[in-house]
Amino acid sequence: MKLAVWTYEGPPHVGAMRVATGMRDLHMVLHAPQGDTYADLLFTMIERRDHRPPVSYTTFQARDLGADTAGLFMTAARDAHARFAPQALLVAASCTAELIQDDPGGLAETMGLPVPVIPLELPSYQRKENFGADEAFLQLCRALARPMERTERVTCNIIGPTALGFRHRDDLAEITGLLSEMGVEVNVAAPMGATPADIARMGQAHFNVLLYPETAESAARWLEKEHGQPFTRIIPIGANATRAFIEEVRALSGSTLPVDESRLRLPWWAASVDSTYLTGKRVFLFGDGTHVMAAAKVARDEMGFEVCGMGCYNREQARPMRALAKEFGLTALITDDYLDVEAAIEEAAPEMILGTQMERHIGKRLGIPCAVISAPVHVQDFPARYSPQMGFEGANVLFDTWVHPLVMGLEEHLLVMFREDFEFHDAAGPSHHGAKAQPLPTGATAAHAAADEGGSMPPPAAPPSPDSIVWLGCAERELKKIPFFVRGKARRNTEKFAGEKGLREITVDTLYEAKAHYAR
Amino acid sequence: MSIQPTSGCTDTPVLRERGQREVFCGLTGIIWLHRKMQDAFFLVVGSRTCAHLLQSAAGVMIFAEPRFGTAILEEKDLAGMADANAELDREVARLLERRPDIRQLFLVGSCPSEVIKLDLSRAAERLSEVHAPRVRVLNYSGSGIETTFTEGEDACLASMVPALPGTEARELLMVGALPDVVEDQALALLEQIGVGPVRCLPAKRAELDAAIGPNTRYALTQPFLGDTHAALQRRGAQRIAAPFPFGAEGTTLWLKAVAAEFGIGPDKVDAVVAAPRARAEKAIAAAAATLQGKRVFFMPDSQLEIPLARFLTRECGMQAVEISTPFLHAELHRPELELIARGPTISEGQDVDLQLDRVRATRPDLTICGLGLANPLEAEGLATKWAIELVFTPVHFYEQAGDLAALFARPLRRREILRSSHPNRMEAAE
Ligand code: SF4
Repeated sequence: MKLAVWTYEGPPHVGAMRVATGMRDLHMVLHAPQGDTYADLLFTMIERRDHRPPVSYTTFQARDLGADTAGLFMTAARDAHARFAPQALLVAASCTAELIQDDPGGLAETMGLPVPVIPLELPSYQRKENFGADEAFLQLCRALARPMERTERVTCNIIGPTALGFRHRDDLAEITGLLSEMGVEVNVAAPMGATPADIARMGQAHFNVLLYPETAESAARWLEKEHGQPFTRIIPIGANATRAFIEEVRALSGSTLPVDESRLRLPWWAASVDSTYLTGKRVFLFGDGTHVMAAAKVARDEMGFEVCGMGCYNREQARPMRALAKEFGLTALITDDYLDVEAAIEEAAPEMILGTQMERHIGKRLGIPCAVISAPVHVQDFPARYSPQMGFEGANVLFDTWVHPLVMGLEEHLLVMFREDFEFHDAAGPSHHGAKAQPLPTGATAAHAAADEGGSMPPPAAPPSPDSIVWLGCAERELKKIPFFVRGKARRNTEKFAGEKGLREITVDTLYEAKAHYAR
Repeated sequence: MSIQPTSGCTDTPVLRERGQREVFCGLTGIIWLHRKMQDAFFLVVGSRTCAHLLQSAAGVMIFAEPRFGTAILEEKDLAGMADANAELDREVARLLERRPDIRQLFLVGSCPSEVIKLDLSRAAERLSEVHAPRVRVLNYSGSGIETTFTEGEDACLASMVPALPGTEARELLMVGALPDVVEDQALALLEQIGVGPVRCLPAKRAELDAAIGPNTRYALTQPFLGDTHAALQRRGAQRIAAPFPFGAEGTTLWLKAVAAEFGIGPDKVDAVVAAPRARAEKAIAAAAATLQGKRVFFMPDSQLEIPLARFLTRECGMQAVEISTPFLHAELHRPELELIARGPTISEGQDVDLQLDRVRATRPDLTICGLGLANPLEAEGLATKWAIELVFTPVHFYEQAGDLAALFARPLRRREILRSSHPNRMEAAE
């Protein structure tokens, strides 16, 4: 038993629903109690879908338990087939139905429905949403994909995008366009937009492009083994990774067509002088493994940030995540407990978080700006505009989204120069954000007011030796004059410096000695 | 206020349906109950699904650390009962240590905990002994196999009744979790009328708990409190039958019924409520201009459907096509059904696909439904109002009556405004 307040992933049947809802002419019958129908709203509200997810829930009640829940399931399956006439039917049990052991797969098999019925085993008490999506897609491929002649021209399948995925809609469009520029046609894109009949002809493609290992790695491996289709390993997030991905596709397809880079802006935007202020910004990354690993490289190599922490909530990616973190000189945080993530962020005191909606809230609480790079999603993660994460346009989007929460270039200098100005004090925040600046109490200088309210940056959770080192009043006030977005770093560095020097008290001098010591 | 000389819809045969239901389970009530009871923590003993439902219904994370959580059962808990109980005790101890502000802890049963027959009432007794007197531990079921949406609040309040102290005093108990601002308004009106003392269930904090006994008279402010009603009767308390306090009419009738029970005549009530009632009527009239003559269809969600249909048909000039409720408590709803003119289909339970067929066939101007159905219906050119907003928003008594009407008017006004650009232009313009 584990106490959870907020969770990064839903149960596995929600993952299976993401696959079913992304597809067309497929229906799913879920053996589940009525309350589990809440899952529909994820798709209709968060993703603003204009159709109900193609899912029939049996909605058994307590009084059915002793009686005939199996009968209920069969009625629901028969009705669903009659009403929706799908090309194939997925059947599964939610956490409650798993306990009553009706075996939906076995029941459906006895019914002799005239379409393929694909049973899913979703161990609700062990696995989670991403597993459910990955497993559902694997079973669909196993049941439906037939051995077929390869197409004459070089084609590939794009696999991984699902309903309710983080920017899947736009990534799919971007990568489809990129491949077409390279002369590689897309045979089938799945699950998103595919029918069961499309799954059946996946074997025609020469190779697979795997966009999201979270939802389609098992299928990619199975297709490689059974259908001899190699798959791409590089996730094209960021300019460098997109270029490497292009090379990988060239090797698989033999394409020699040039790719137009003229609309890629990230490299110049990052190199231009206004971006100098991004240098060494300390960022903490958390989310699903794929997005975090890709974003970490972009953060370090293409934005010039310093990565001070990274991790993921899906254990399936723990191994590559740990390896990459090690390369960055860090220890990966692998957890699905958001309280652990909050504690780690507080400890690392980054200047920015690249995370999920959970980290956005953590950031709000700690006063640290955050940009969202990964699921779990929120209605804000489905913008009306085209906004991919992948490919060259995706790289441009990354630049804009990551810079947006920060105080902009020259504004940072103005903040330092005019730090006692009433509009530039800590709580005012970046000027391009809507929130109203809190006026300072009249008669107080910014520094004093900030000192009184304790500043916007909370003290680090575990200062090096909190008991032995004391900030003197003057030093504490001086610290408050430092802009809030670097104050956390200044505090940590000063304490570390004082600790190393064996000092018990921090004075204004200590603060500036530390500053000189750590200056780069 | 004239009550029409008719038995209204009381004799209308009820269409009973049993099929796929598209409705939340009782766990959802935790979202508003934990805000109301400021020293209570709601610990769901359930699965990842239950945790995900709470998070999704709450609209992701509203509060950094809310006073609810889910003890997620894992494979090893399902293996042996002794383990699950020990694990629960450990999680509770850890929780109470971290949250010294908690005075009441509700262990909330879910489908999984009920199917594996984890006995939460025994667990609550055991934990009460360990953590008394600081914390009182109660239990109820919010599971989807036992409860529908608002029935979770009913089960919660019913679980509190046996634990309330006894009294011989003649007091009014106002039953139902209302937002504080609404509760204060109601208490002020009752005081001006001369009814008192008044207690509330649930109270804001454990130490404010009401005492009950044979002289307690109680009035329900919510129509879904059937089990709480039965539990109060078992303690000898007596219910004041009345329509529910929605709209100017409902509020007036509710206050008059309460006043009569306390020996106060309708004239006194009329005098006290004249000003707020006039304000309410004026505010309703503003929204009613939009609602007048429009046809409304209620899908079954909150059990508020019948009282709200009464309000919309009698005070806002709407016509009801179908009024559907997950469960129709005949005794509690009788005063409401008497007021609704014959005509609409009254249905109980659901077969969602068949019901959607009826929605499409009758093409109402406004459909009240759950969040899962709203956008799909809008995309078909049918305006909707989310049922969950009716339980999350202050809608009772006079000062909120205009807001209540406006909740229904807003989707219609919005469609009208967007007429020229709506993706479903044809239907929108018809
Ligand atoms: S219906 Fe049952 S399993 Fe589903 S969320 Fe509600 S209590 Fe949990």
